[in-house]
Formats: sequence, structure tokens, C-alpha cells
Amino acid sequence: MLLIYCPYCEEERSELEFRHGGDAHIARPTNMADISDEEFQEFFFLRDNPKGLIFERWRHIHGCGRFFNAARDTVSDKFYMSYKAGEPKPDIPGVTTATEKTVETYEATEGTAK
Amino acid sequence: MRKYSVFAVAREAMRGHKGWEAQWTSPEPRKEYDVIIVGGGGHGLGAAYYLAKEHGITNIAVIEKGWLGGGNTGRNTTIIRSNYLYDESMDIYEHSLKLWEGLSQDLNYNVMYSPRGVMMLSHNVHDKQSFQRHVHANRLYGIDNEWLTPQQAKEFVPVLDISASARYPINGAALQRRGGTARHDAVAWGYARAASDRGVHVIQNCEVKGIRRGPDGAVTGVETSKGFIGAKKVAVSASGHNSVILSMADVKLPLHSVPLQALVSEPMKPIFPCVVMSNSVHAYISQSDKGELVIGAGTDQYNSYSQTGGLQIITHTLDAICELFPMFRRVKMMRQWGGITDNTPDRSAIQGVTPVKNLFVNCGWGTGGFKATPGSAHLFAYLIAKGEPHRLAAGLTLDRFRTGRLIDEAAAAAVAH
Amino acid sequence: MSGANRIAGQGRLTPAKTARFTFDGKTIDALVGDTVASALLANGVHLVGRSFKYHRPRGILSAGPEEPNALIDVSRDAARRQPNVRAPVQEVFDGMKVESQNRFPSLAFDIGGINNLLSPFFAAGFYYKTFMWPKAAWEKVYEPFIRKAAGLGVSPTEEDPDHYANRYAHCDVLVAGAGVAGLSAALAAAEAGARVILVDEQPEVGGALHFDTSVKIDGQSGYDWAQATAAKLKAMENVTVLTRTTAFGYYNHNFVGLVERVTDHLPKPDKKLPRERLWQVRAKRVILATGSIERHMVFANNDRPGIMLASAARTYLNHFGVAVGRKVGVYTANDSAYEAAFDLKRAGVTIAAIVDNRDKPGDAVLTEARRLGIEVLTGHSVIDTKGKLRVSSMSVARNGGGSARSIAIDALLMSAGWTPSVHLFSQSRGKVAYDAATGRFLPGTYAQDCLSVGSCNGTDGLQATIEESLAAGELMARATGNEGGNKLELSGENAFEWTGGMAGAAEGAGIDTTVKAFVDFQNDVCAKDIRLAVREGMHSIEHIKRFTTNGMATDQGKLSNIHGLAIASEVLNREIPKIGLTTFRAPYTPVTFGALISHSRGDLFDPARKTPMHAWEEAHGAVFEDVGNWKRAWYYPRSGETMHDAVNRECRTVRNAAGLFDASTLGKIEVVGPDAAEFLNLMYTNAWDTLKPGRCRYGIMLREDGFVYDDGVVGRLAEDRFHVTTTTGGAPRVMNHMEDYLQTEFPHLKVWLTSTTEQWAVIAVQGPKAREILEPLVEGIDISNEAFPHMSVREGKICGVPTRLFRMSFTGEAGYEVNVPADYGQAIWEAIWARAEPLGACAYGTETMHVLRAEKGYIIVGQDTDGTVTPYDASLGWAVSKKKTDFVGIRGLKRPDLVKEGRKQLVGLLTKDPNVVLEEGAQIVADPNEPKPMKMLGHVTSSYWSENCGRSIAMALVAGGQARLGQTLYVPMPDRTIAVEVSEMVFVDKEGGRLNG
Repeated sequence: MLLIYCPYCEEERSELEFRHGGDAHIARPTNMADISDEEFQEFFFLRDNPKGLIFERWRHIHGCGRFFNAARDTVSDKFYMSYKAGEPKPDIPGVTTATEKTVETYEATEGTAK
Repeated sequence: MRKYSVFAVAREAMRGHKGWEAQWTSPEPRKEYDVIIVGGGGHGLGAAYYLAKEHGITNIAVIEKGWLGGGNTGRNTTIIRSNYLYDESMDIYEHSLKLWEGLSQDLNYNVMYSPRGVMMLSHNVHDKQSFQRHVHANRLYGIDNEWLTPQQAKEFVPVLDISASARYPINGAALQRRGGTARHDAVAWGYARAASDRGVHVIQNCEVKGIRRGPDGAVTGVETSKGFIGAKKVAVSASGHNSVILSMADVKLPLHSVPLQALVSEPMKPIFPCVVMSNSVHAYISQSDKGELVIGAGTDQYNSYSQTGGLQIITHTLDAICELFPMFRRVKMMRQWGGITDNTPDRSAIQGVTPVKNLFVNCGWGTGGFKATPGSAHLFAYLIAKGEPHRLAAGLTLDRFRTGRLIDEAAAAAVAH
Repeated sequence: MSGANRIAGQGRLTPAKTARFTFDGKTIDALVGDTVASALLANGVHLVGRSFKYHRPRGILSAGPEEPNALIDVSRDAARRQPNVRAPVQEVFDGMKVESQNRFPSLAFDIGGINNLLSPFFAAGFYYKTFMWPKAAWEKVYEPFIRKAAGLGVSPTEEDPDHYANRYAHCDVLVAGAGVAGLSAALAAAEAGARVILVDEQPEVGGALHFDTSVKIDGQSGYDWAQATAAKLKAMENVTVLTRTTAFGYYNHNFVGLVERVTDHLPKPDKKLPRERLWQVRAKRVILATGSIERHMVFANNDRPGIMLASAARTYLNHFGVAVGRKVGVYTANDSAYEAAFDLKRAGVTIAAIVDNRDKPGDAVLTEARRLGIEVLTGHSVIDTKGKLRVSSMSVARNGGGSARSIAIDALLMSAGWTPSVHLFSQSRGKVAYDAATGRFLPGTYAQDCLSVGSCNGTDGLQATIEESLAAGELMARATGNEGGNKLELSGENAFEWTGGMAGAAEGAGIDTTVKAFVDFQNDVCAKDIRLAVREGMHSIEHIKRFTTNGMATDQGKLSNIHGLAIASEVLNREIPKIGLTTFRAPYTPVTFGALISHSRGDLFDPARKTPMHAWEEAHGAVFEDVGNWKRAWYYPRSGETMHDAVNRECRTVRNAAGLFDASTLGKIEVVGPDAAEFLNLMYTNAWDTLKPGRCRYGIMLREDGFVYDDGVVGRLAEDRFHVTTTTGGAPRVMNHMEDYLQTEFPHLKVWLTSTTEQWAVIAVQGPKAREILEPLVEGIDISNEAFPHMSVREGKICGVPTRLFRMSFTGEAGYEVNVPADYGQAIWEAIWARAEPLGACAYGTETMHVLRAEKGYIIVGQDTDGTVTPYDASLGWAVSKKKTDFVGIRGLKRPDLVKEGRKQLVGLLTKDPNVVLEEGAQIVADPNEPKPMKMLGHVTSSYWSENCGRSIAMALVAGGQARLGQTLYVPMPDRTIAVEVSEMVFVDKEGGRLNG
């Protein structure tokens, strides 16, 4: 169970209080009625689904009720930070894409013995 | 390939089983193949097998990052059924079920397909409407699926509690008798052995790092941890990781990858005769040949490639199982695990061409990919060989997200009013 | 005497405190504090179980949770029965009943033992190669046979009468394991002021100090020091010490699951106590002090009862006072087993010989063995054993060949070294690393805020363990913001440092493929099976595991994994780390489902939601149906009435007089603010800015993809205030949907949303007499037709209680929906009922509501639509504004497939035979004689007997439905085909005059 920092409540709370809200920073087109089928597909369906850094939305549904954004690693499930809705996509220093491989059989033996 | 049979086993028993050969070979990759299939799970290995068997293409490599069947093929709860609602779904899952019925004989490998029945419990009027819609649609399609009264359901599954005092009493059930289970590892191994026998290269521990394209934009091969390997066609079937692979060719998919968890109990003598599922209380359960209760849990809510998930998902599932079967409260969980499923917005798979020439994709099977294995593999082989989808997979193309022609199996079980 | 093998003066149990239980019907005398295993051994019982596949006789291998063989069925009474319990873990209590498992007819004579003779056929993976012919025989013949033979224990068949508890806890430092390392770490952290939880799976703390009597810490015996330290910790306010508690799972973000066994050791537990308690701990830091587990030696017939781990024999002697044999052999590749021999020898047991696989054991142990007069055969192996139901001799030969010598024994102790317990570390997704020097997998790269200390970290030596653990405790305390405390110092001494260890098959395993040298005891996996797997191309350890089932038994490979890996490594001629280690998964040891679900059962499994009028409805005989979490009144049968009768009566009564309906479950959202109308314009297809205060409108809400998401009537109470209703099932998701758009897409709008579903009770009063019923009760609202026409809303009072009164109808009759504060719901209902009943009205339930609305062609979202239906498909195109430039779904609606000809459209269906009622969900075809698969045009979404129409009516989604009005279509049923005519959807009062009645 994840431990999630709500930037509005300013504290870490258990995942049970939150609901995931899909990818962040996908703005609804302001000219919605006029976009093409391809643009609609891009907006509504296509996703990066990154292995590594993801920017995602959460709602503190059993708390303050606010939607906010978070930057997380989808392999380690570690949060880099959470921030309020509407704030720009932050730079996560030193992180571009995948940061760590899935822990599976082969990788499990990597690393150095003490 | 040496044929497996009871006689072969008896003969080997007499000489300490020293005569068995490797089930598949592990050659070094060639410089180029006609087809490279990325992903050594059941779908990918099966596609290689059917390409070789039915389309005469044998210069194929199946490239697997880890070990064969180590993805969702080896991590699922092995349920097989075809009682879906929409024509597009019935097409593929029934095609698959028919292949399951003869798969052991076809592959000369006992995949232990066991048609012990899949029962879906109905708990309220809305469930009943939805399941009867399935039952009728299946019947007119030619798929067995029957409606049972609570008493009939209990006769089939004696441990079922059909008392009216249950929190979610059972008001009936839909039963597909041909549904059941199979041995997941055997599916990967059986396909690998049969494909290898026909000349397919099965290459493990080989991670795809990039997809190379020619001046015309068409794929020319893949960069891997074992170097560049050329290919006339590349077909991706890497459940959970399809977005990652396809992004190497700048193709974006309507997928999100989430952990799906499952668990088994300690082994016990036979008590549970079939597969039972309940949508209303979110649970499904069967008993393996080893005697473990095999219980499927839900998905975690967030994107993840971690093959782990929260304990609350497990406890929530067990809540439901023990509510349906209170005698299991003293049973113990022996092992829990997770796999990564890639899910589409309409919860139906994508199989088809991509915007990149000679690059094909088979993905989005979500939580239901195992049952589709032979059918998906068979039709994927057709797609790779012919460059266009088979009639039975024509509905699964990527284009539907542009046109809106979704196959919304999830919506078909819409929430009650 | 509690067993002939109890040695006076040995062990820590009190001879006067006795307990008695039965094993397979035979009475066993035990001492309080015994485990089933120690009590059986005390009574000379070694044969305890049968293996999974070959049904070989098995005894007690270990003294801990790694036990693969001695699994038993324990019961307190018929309903409190537990299969697959580990005998070395289960504490005895007076009156318990223990049965052996997986045998028929008896443990000593088991017919399944024939599998052992047939075992040449049952090589690893044999079932993949046969049983394929004839096709149906797998399911009908072979599989049932295999299933019956496998499976170990028997499932409980009665509902578990015990209850379980659940706690969430938070701490600075969680310490898993209370041996020397864990106690030291906990002490240091606690002294520094940290909030500490210390857990250990055993009844008492101490870990290896249970058996290792040579240890002294701060001048005390190790075990006494452990108990004293635990007592000290327990007395501290910032420390929780939990024994009989297993840290079974290490999840994301330092979330650790513990299970505490509260009553399983008590003869007569207090009924108030839970049987087990689940602790879900969020720890700021975790210290893993989980120790290590001794491995067995892999050699021919290493599985006979009486053959056990050396440390287990030491535990039975030093803690329980039990000698596991009178003439004991030792087979080892490691110094630690010598100490078992020393202890037993000193207690008067004959040591037949120590067979050491190594040429050069540690000098110290060798010297001591000589001093005690024990024969040590270095460079030798045990190559076979004999003894049917208990080991009777071992064959010993010099390594590299030579003649074998048979030595009579009645127990054989073995040790191949110690495997660090990195289970929790690995579950935390830390990466283990192989230490080639010592042949161990040890914690490598950490993934979470934790540290490993002691032998699970590969730390050898007592003093080193103590110092490392104290430092870790202090470090973790400081890391969580604690400062205080003096630096602790502890000194430990022990008799011998241990060296040695091996993994894989020993000489005695033979390369001969017929030898049964067990790697995984429970699943009957032998060294030859691992070799076979490799020969067949299984080169990944995961493949080997799955092909042979090595490590897949209830002990999950605690003993077998490393051996399996080493054998594969040898056959493949590849280093161990190149083959990999199978993934460790939770739980560390099996966890009872009951503990995991704890309170979540029965009424607490999923709380039932009840409306404010529920009690009245119950008292008036309502039958309820489940709708989501809600219990809704379905129909109100009078005596002798069937459901059909009752619904027909209710339907007639509403149209002829009036009816009362509890609509409280409808979702309600208060939408308030200067931009409320603009917001609703975006959320619904309709236009809301044109709606005048005091009026209502039926609204359709879409998803962005253009499909119907929800519907409901929205009333405008003021310029800036709307009362929105949603479907019953849709209430939470509609609220979430609105919040999402408001907060993230349209944050510039000044709007506030409040869910008011639970705040309003809603009483629908419908029918020609509705106004007559309500008029005298309502205050401050003119409810005449003129002043209060259909689709209006007013605020006022009813019976002195504030109300929002809606003039609206879901029946087609003139009707009202009375919203009152929930607490007044039942009172107002009763007041209305008091007027309604004498006027001939009835209370009606959801079934009648469904029939009446279907007679009028009103849809139910989720029944007549399924998430693939557009408003146009549902004949609701009129509700989609043509003028608005934006609303959610505006673009989705225009996609090619959504505007295509021939989409499924909602229409009415009339059966040619008016008495036939279609089945909901039935499929519709044009040609009933078409062979399967038939082309299905659509399905029946709603279907009822309409008493008011005197015939059946139905609604259906039919491809190109609107163009088919008047056509005959067919509904093929299993027993007949029903002809139907496609019709309009309105079956009653097509002009709608009754609405204004």
C-alpha cells in the first residue's frame, strides 16, 4: 500500500484515502468541438504508459477531496514529489526515463555483495 | 522431435530418464530473420508455431527478455472460457477455446486443458440481466453457456452457500461447461518445443533495446542485448511491456500497465470442482491439480511495472472469497504474486498493424490473455504472414480508437441503476 | 513422565506442568510449552506424515516454520479444524486432536505408498508427456486421480466460528526477529527514544539462543539474557514486543504485514479474544534480523523419519529436554552440527559417528569431539540409509570410493550449512547479491528504508552481530529524529565459531538417476529431477522450479532453493548467480485467510445502505432487492400474493389512484455558485442557462467519448443554485466526474459541489390522486397545476418540515417528489401515507417503478444503455443542445462510428402473442432459421408484463431500430422462437396528457 503525500493537506496518508486519476498534464483541448478524429484519439486514448518516471493525477477522495499531481517511478513505485493541480510539470533532477529495472529473476542477483 | 507418449515415458522409466532431449534449443541468433517475435510468452511462441506450421515461415526468432513464459503466461490463474458478449470477443475467444480442446494432441504436449466448467455467480437483478444477455448471445453464436438456478448451481458446486441470508445472496449463475483451466507453463513450453522442432529460434535472456527502421520507415530489425538482429517483419507480443517496446518505434498505444495480483492457498484434497467467478463481489477461484486454491485478485489502481501490489488488494479479494465460502476462513495463503497487464480503454485486446510498416502488435489483453493464447497466437500468425487481420480478429485493430467502434466488454456489465 | 525420551534436567519446560492430546487417536503426554513435534519426539514418535507425490513415510525434520514434512491436522472441535499445520510450530494444549495427513488407511500403512514403487514413471514433468490420449480422458480419468493423490490436508468444511482482529500501527523502527541481533537492535533503538515494534514468530524471544546454550551475553546465558532483555523492552512505553507474531510480508513504502497468533496455543481461550490478529504496520525504518535457516544434506534416502536438522535436535534437547534418539549419527558439511553431537553426548546419548563431508573441519570442534570420545569420519559421506518407518542405519563411505560401512542408528542429524533468511529483504524489492566466498545470497542493494543485521546479513560471529545490531538500532533511531540514550555496549561469547557449508548434492546423492536424494522433501523433488529438468532444456531456475516443483511446497523452498540452484549450477557448469534465484514472495509463512479478512465479513463485509424509510417498508412487508450497496423495496406483497400479483396491483393502483415510492437512493448533488449554470452546460448535453429558477429539466451526461454516462432531473432553485439528481448507482462516480472537471479542466468557474444523497429523503407521490394527497400537507407552496406545472421545483414546508418539492414524474402520471431532510423521512412518509391509504393509494417498489416507466418509454441508464449507447441511439437526441460550442462528449459524439448508419437504437418491442413476456437479455434476429453463429441485431433491455396495457411490453437495442418500426423480428429461445414487432417505445398515454393531470 502506497504512502502518498497530499500537497493540500501537507501530509503523507495511506493509499486507501486516494484514488488514482490517470495521466497528468493532458489538457482538454479548448477547441474541443473542432479537433480531428486523430487529435481526439491522441487526447482521449493514447498514453505514454512509461516504464520509469510518470506524471499522474491523484484525488484525495477520502480526505480533502482535491485532485493533485505526482511524479512517481512506475518500476520502484517511489514518489519523487506531489504538487498541486495547475502547477507546471516539474523537472525531476537526474531522472529522464526508466530508472530501475523490474526486480525479476535475472536482475535479482545483480548488485554488489557487501 | 521425439514424440511424447505413455510408451516413451515407460521406456525412459526403465533407463532413468536419460534419453530425454532438450525440449527446445537455445541457438545463437542469426543475422537476420524473416520474422522476429518480441515476447516469449504463450502468444508469441504460439504465433511462431502457427507461422511455421500453417504459413510455411520458419526463419523466425522469438526473443524473450527473461525466461520463456515468465510474464503473464506463467503468472495468471489459468482460466479458460469463451462466454463473452460481443461478436468480436466471441469470435476470438471461441476460436481459442476450440484450439484449446485439441492443443495437447496438436503440440504432443499435455497442457492439461481441463473443461471442468466456469460458473459466474449472479447476485442481483442487474447481474441476472447481464448474464442472461451473455447466455442468449452465446447460444445464438453456438457457444455453450447456460443459466442455472441457485439449486442447480449448488449441485454443481456443493460448497456454494445459496442461503438467502448471505450479504449477496445468489439468484442464479451462468455456467460454461467447456470452460475450465489449463497448465500455464505447459502452454509456453509446449509451443516452444513444437516451434523449435519446426526450426524456430527461441532466444532467451535477450532484451530488445530498440527498433531499427529503414529509409522508407519500415522496420529492419531490433537492437538487443545480444546485438542487432535484422528482420523483415517484427511482431510485438510482450504483455505488460508493449508500450515500452512500441515506443521504440515512436508508436503510442492506448494502454496502461497495472499490476494484477493473485494468490494460492496451501494444497488441500479436492474440494472445489470448477472455476467460480463473481463480478458483484469481485472474486474468482478454482483449485489446482496440486490442491491449491487459486484465487485471482484485482488490479492495483496505479500504473506500475513492479509485479507487486498492495496487501489491501489481496485482503479485499479474500473478503469476497470467504463471504462466498465461509469454510475457507481457516485456510492459509501460501503465496501471492503479481503480473503486469496492459489494459485498453474498452478492455478488449488490440491485434493488428501499426503505423510503422511491417511492425505488428498484439497487446491489451488485460486480465484475460491466458484463455486467448491459442486463438490469439493463431490469428496473430495469420496477421504477420498476410499483413492483414484474419476475419476473426478484424475487430481488434488499433483503428477502433479513432473511429469509436469500441468493443466494450466492461461497459456491457454496466453498473446497476 | 511426559515421554520416555525426555531427559531429566534438560530443557526449559516444567515437568510438573503437563498437557495431553491425541495423535491419530492415541493419547500423547506432553508438557506445557511443548510443540506437537517435541511432544511426539519425547514419546518416541518419529513417523508423522506422508509426502506429496510418493507418499513416503516422513518424520520431523526441523524445529521451526521451515518444516516440510511434519504437517498435521489440528482441531479443537469439528468446526475448529486446521489442515497443514507445522508440527514444530504448533504448541500443544490440553485436549487438542492431532491427525496425520495424506495417508489411507493409516499412517503406517498407506496405499498411496505404491507411488513410491512406481516412482520411476513419475519423474519430474512426466505428466506433460502423457495422459493425452484419448482426448477426454485427461479431465475424466487422469486428472481426478492425480488430484486425489495430491493435496496433503483436507479443507475445513464448516464455517469457522472463530473471529479475527485487525490493527494498523505506526512506529519509528520495526524490528523483525528477536534473536541476538533483533533484541540488540531493538534495545539500541528503544534506548535512543524511538517508537519500536519488535516481533518474533516464536512463543518466546531468543531465536537461535533456544538451542545454542554455549552463548553467554553480559555474563548471562544467552537465553536468559534474551528473556531479560525482552522484559526490559516490554516495560518501556515506547516499545511493543510481539511474540507468536510473524512478519509475513514487506510491501511498498515500508508497509509490513504481521500476523499474531493469539489463541491457538490456549486450551480454553477467552471467547472475546481473536484467534489471530493482523497488524498492518507503517514503519519509518525497518530492521531485518530474521536469522538464517539450516540446510539439510542431499544424499540417498535422506528423508526417513528420524533424519533431521542438527540444530533441530539441539532445540529439542536444550529447550524441550527431548533426546531425538539414543544412538545418533551426524552427517555434516559444517561445524555447527558438531555442537549438536556434543550436547547430546553430554546428555548421555550415544553418538554413533560424525560423518563429515569435508576433509578438514574446524580444529576446535574436531578437538572437542575427540575429547568427548566421538568418532569423526572426515572426508566421508553418508551414501544411503535404511529403515522403513524410522531410520535404522546409515551407510558410510570414504569420498571418492571405497567400501561402505553400515552403522546402526536411530536418528541422523545433518547440516549443510546455513541459508540467510533474505525473504523479507527480497520482498522489499531489495536486490540480493551472491557472496561467492561463503556461497550465500546476501542483501545487496536496498530498495526501501531498511537494514539487515546478524546472520540474515551474512554477519558471522556473536560479537560482530551484537555490535552491528546495536549500531543499526541507534542509526535507525537517529534517522527517525530520536537523539537520546547512552551508547550501549554488550559483550558476547560463545564456544565455537562455525565454518563450512555446502550446497547441492553431496557424494551420497549419486549421479545414478534412480537414487532418491531429496532436495524438496514435501514435493518429492530429488537431485535427479533437477538434473532431468536441465537435460530437458530448463536452464532458468524459474523453469527448473516450475518443471520439478522444487520450492513450491508449503515451505516455499526455505530448505530446497539453494540446493536446487547448486545442482543446476553444477549440471550447467555455470556459476550460481548466472542461474538466478527464484523470486521471494509474501507471505514468509502461510497466513490464515481469516486473519487477512479480519472484521470484513457478514454485515461488515460490505455495509448495506438503507434509506430513512427502510423500517416502515420492512414493517409493511416489502421484499428488498440489492442495488449496489442499497437495499431497496422491490415490491410489497400482500398475503397470498405472488410477486407478479403484487406488481400488477401496484401498477394498476398508481395509474388509477396513486402510489408512494421511496426514491431516496437517487444520487443528489448541490451545484452552487455564480458559474453553476455554465458548469452544468459543460457537464450535460442540455442547455442550463435557459432554465428558469423554479423549473427542472431532464439532463443527459456523457463521457468525453460521447456515450451516455448518467441521467437525471436537475432543478434550478435560484440563479446560482441547482439540485442535481443522478442514478442510484451513478451517484459517486458522477460526483467524482464533476469534481474532476471542476478542479482540473474548468478551475476558473466559481462553483461548489456538495454530495447531498444522504441528506435528503425522497418520497415520490405519483398518480391521479397525488395532488389530493399532498395538498393539505404542503405549506407555502401553491401546488395547483397552474402555479406548479410539470417539471417545476419549489421550496417550502411539508408537515412543518422544510422541503424541496419537485413536480416530476418517472411514471407518466402527475407526480411529485418530496425531498425532506433525511431524519424526517420516515415521519413525513407516514404522514403522507396516512392521507394516501384512505384514498386508495399503495406503496410501490422498484419493480413497479420499472414497469411504469417502461410503459412510458423512459430509459434506465445501465439497463437500457450499456456504455456503448449515444443519446441519439436512445432517442434522446432532443436533449443534445445544437447551439453549445462545448460540453463533455461533444467531440466523441461525432466520431465516424458514432454517426454511422445502422447503429443499435432503442425501440419498443411487442410480442405477436401479447401474453408472452420476453426475457431480458434475449437476443433478436431477422432470420430465425439462420444457422449458428446467427447474426444478432440486438437484445431485449427491458421487458415486463404490463397490467395497464393488458399485454407484455419490451424495450430493445436493435441495429437500425428506428428504420425498422413495424417490422417483424424474432427472438430465438432454447425451446421456441418468439415473433416480435418493432414499435415506438411509448405504450401508455402517448400524448402525455396524464402528466399534467
